[in-house]
Amino acid sequence: MQNSYPLWKNLVILLIFLLGLVYALPNLYGEDPSVQISAVGGRPLTRSQSEQIEAEIRASGVESIAFEFKDGRALARFSDTDDQLKVADWLREKLGDSMTVALNLAPTTPAWLQAIGADAMYLGLDLRGGVHFLLEVDMEAAVKQTEERYVDDIRQALRAEKAHYLTVGKEDGFIKVKLKSAEDKPNLMRVLDKEFRNLNVTEPEAQDQVWLKISEQAINEIKRNAVSQNITTLRNRVNELGVAEPLIQQQGENRIVVQLPGVQDTARAKEILGTTATLEYRLVDIEHDVQQAVQGRVPVGSRLYRDRDGAPILLDRRVIVTGDQIVDASSGMDEDGRAAVFVTLDGGGATKMGKITRANVGRPMAVVFIEYKSETRTVNGEKVRHKEKVEKVISVATIQGVFSKRFQTTGLDSPQEARDLALLLRAGALAAPVDIVEERTVGPSLGQDNIDKGMLSFLVGFGLVVLFMLVYYKLFGMLANLALAVNVILIVAVLSILQATLTLPGIAGIILTVGMSVDANVLIFERIKEELRNGTSPQASIFIGYEKAWATILDSNITTLLVAVMLFAFGAGSVKGFAVTLIIGIFSSMFTAINGSRMLVNWIYGNRRVETLSI
Amino acid sequence: MVNTNINFLGNRNIFLVFSSIVMAIAIGSLAIKGLKLGIDFTGGTLIEVGYEQPADLDTLRNALEQGGFANATVQYFGTTKDVLIRMKLEEGVSSALLSEKVIEAINKNDAPTASLRRVEFVGPQVGEDLAEDGFLALLYSTVAILIYIAWRFEWKFSLGAVIATFHDVIVTLGLFSLLNLEFDLSVLAAVLALIGYSLNDTIVIYDRIREGFLQIRNKSTEEIMNLSVNVTLSRTVMTSVTVLLVLLSLFFLGGEALRGFSIVLLFGVFFGTYSSIFIASPVALLLGISPADMLASTKESTDSDGLP
Repeated sequence: MQNSYPLWKNLVILLIFLLGLVYALPNLYGEDPSVQISAVGGRPLTRSQSEQIEAEIRASGVESIAFEFKDGRALARFSDTDDQLKVADWLREKLGDSMTVALNLAPTTPAWLQAIGADAMYLGLDLRGGVHFLLEVDMEAAVKQTEERYVDDIRQALRAEKAHYLTVGKEDGFIKVKLKSAEDKPNLMRVLDKEFRNLNVTEPEAQDQVWLKISEQAINEIKRNAVSQNITTLRNRVNELGVAEPLIQQQGENRIVVQLPGVQDTARAKEILGTTATLEYRLVDIEHDVQQAVQGRVPVGSRLYRDRDGAPILLDRRVIVTGDQIVDASSGMDEDGRAAVFVTLDGGGATKMGKITRANVGRPMAVVFIEYKSETRTVNGEKVRHKEKVEKVISVATIQGVFSKRFQTTGLDSPQEARDLALLLRAGALAAPVDIVEERTVGPSLGQDNIDKGMLSFLVGFGLVVLFMLVYYKLFGMLANLALAVNVILIVAVLSILQATLTLPGIAGIILTVGMSVDANVLIFERIKEELRNGTSPQASIFIGYEKAWATILDSNITTLLVAVMLFAFGAGSVKGFAVTLIIGIFSSMFTAINGSRMLVNWIYGNRRVETLSI
Repeated sequence: MVNTNINFLGNRNIFLVFSSIVMAIAIGSLAIKGLKLGIDFTGGTLIEVGYEQPADLDTLRNALEQGGFANATVQYFGTTKDVLIRMKLEEGVSSALLSEKVIEAINKNDAPTASLRRVEFVGPQVGEDLAEDGFLALLYSTVAILIYIAWRFEWKFSLGAVIATFHDVIVTLGLFSLLNLEFDLSVLAAVLALIGYSLNDTIVIYDRIREGFLQIRNKSTEEIMNLSVNVTLSRTVMTSVTVLLVLLSLFFLGGEALRGFSIVLLFGVFFGTYSSIFIASPVALLLGISPADMLASTKESTDSDGLP
């Protein structure tokens, strides 16, 4: 008994095929133009907010196909893009600043497929249109900023210790402290030991000097913070752009990738990404009535602000410290286990904070987050560049005691809120400058063009190969074609499951795989033909053909795999997409061309007397 | 294609000389003319705009010149309705707003309005990084393959395969240089795919040679190798044809963005097939490969247990 697979093997192959079919299925469904609404700052929407949104959509007079409220976000689907845009504009106007309205294409995948985690392939920017930016954080500037801050701080600390110095300044890559006399050195060393642990101390021969350098560890910390701080700021800004699925990611040591699918107005995107932010600590005005101020009677010496939920609050006109005086802000737990944010100020900020808190224990203090946005708007057909200052109170806390350089804010609702506040504080602190070092923008028409052309050349290429195999190998060619079709389905399924990005070169990879993967079947069939010519019986020829071709197929595929893996490791952007489809294609084609086609051959020729093969 | 019996190995000197000449031309062109590198590697700005009607390049050039972009080069891209505008990197010019200014400049006159289809800006450092990564991918692939084939087969085979592949890459790059085609990231990806394809072909033939070495006792090394190339010939041709079919489809229908990619592979399939037959095996033979090498080192792949 030969040329038959045991039942379990047939079942496994069929099961894999079935799974592939199910997970490839979502790609057949289309997408609805939709509007996605989420709260600013990544907080979930409440049920009542969702109801408010739904009511607003009804009020707009446009019929939505469906309204969904899931994972703290609301999504309304529409039958065409006109309706979608109309409602998006309406909502932006009505909902105000507390919610972000984004245009999106929502897949129409049925619920049962979504339930098993089946999604359509994730299309790259070259297929769906959008903007890709690569930003580089200026690390040298970040380190320089820190050095300058240390210079100020050391001067301040020395003055406080009554240690007399001649100069403190940067020279030959060191921060050099030159004292009036060597007698002050013990004082200096004590200060350094107490407050400047991050500085490595070099003692030159001159006894009245000390050279300092920021430790390697601290520099790494500065660099890490410079990147994460910029990422935080970028996230906040991108939220305002109304992008449905933005991607913001660190790449390498000092670069940040920003991908904004569907964004067409790159000028606006660049403006928003380039927004500068800062923050201010101010005392809260508790003597006057907020309601009167809202009605227009703002007391002299105070200003009216709004917090993140839009509630009014009166603050003192005088600023205590500004964002560029914040050295660090981090979240954690205080001694009592409450969520807290720890803030460190530089020398100047510390002095001022000390002075103010000494006189105002028990009074609330607020943090105002300020962004300077520049925006180009079209007014009466003319482009007007518009600069806008947006201010928001992000935290109010009562001063519990006198503090200066280091202090903590407690009374936050959750560790999450503490983290958010720390992030915002860091975002408002002096950030290292970033440059756009790479931009790739693809317009929506080109994206669709790319999909159409990719699809067409795939279909034609596939058709030609199928025809050729059928003519040349007859029934066996037909079986190879079935295996090839399953191969394509499996590649699509794996791409969908992994949610790997499908790019235009990725499509080319699939097309190339179609041409190359029949090679395994060609190898097998040629071997079978050869055996038949040598006078071997048909059954034995099939057996030998598959057996002998196996090692060859494995060897030849592994070399291709090696190349594809190198391409994946070193390739950039869309080229990585090519490597991904190539790698997936190698595995799935080995499975379908060997096991899949063998199963079919066994079904047809196995377990019976065969005189001739249709090959 | 039944039972061919062509004396490939016997005429090896002709082919090796021919290939050497072709390689010399390719290297010469690469050395003198060099490759026309795309902005992926050189850095710069590339803007693709689309028009409703066929565009007039002279008008466009004038508009750009007036807008202060005198060093921009302009050419059709695929059709006369699509135009590519290229600009070199300039010291001190902010890249960030360049594309907007260019669009503004060309839409200023009452010329038909262009719509922005694509912008690519690559900074100098990024270009260098991409070039370096591309080179590393080529280098590591070659080393990995050298090691793998040496492990699975034998070092003489390994060297033969790598020389054949190297030949394909050089000749293809040489053609790109001669024809003045642009070399960008997707072309580099195609070159790596070409390496994979060419090796694939070579390995199939080597596999058969190894099998012959282990089983055939009464023939010379050269005869066994010749026989192996001949019996795998129909497979070699068949696979080339199927790959050619998809590549032709990609070349004609896949659009301008994939043209360079498909050109590399179209050349590559031709050279890859050629080199597997006419270079890989002869080089292994010149290096002194013989059945003894196989008998001493491996026993794999030909186990025929379970045969009827």
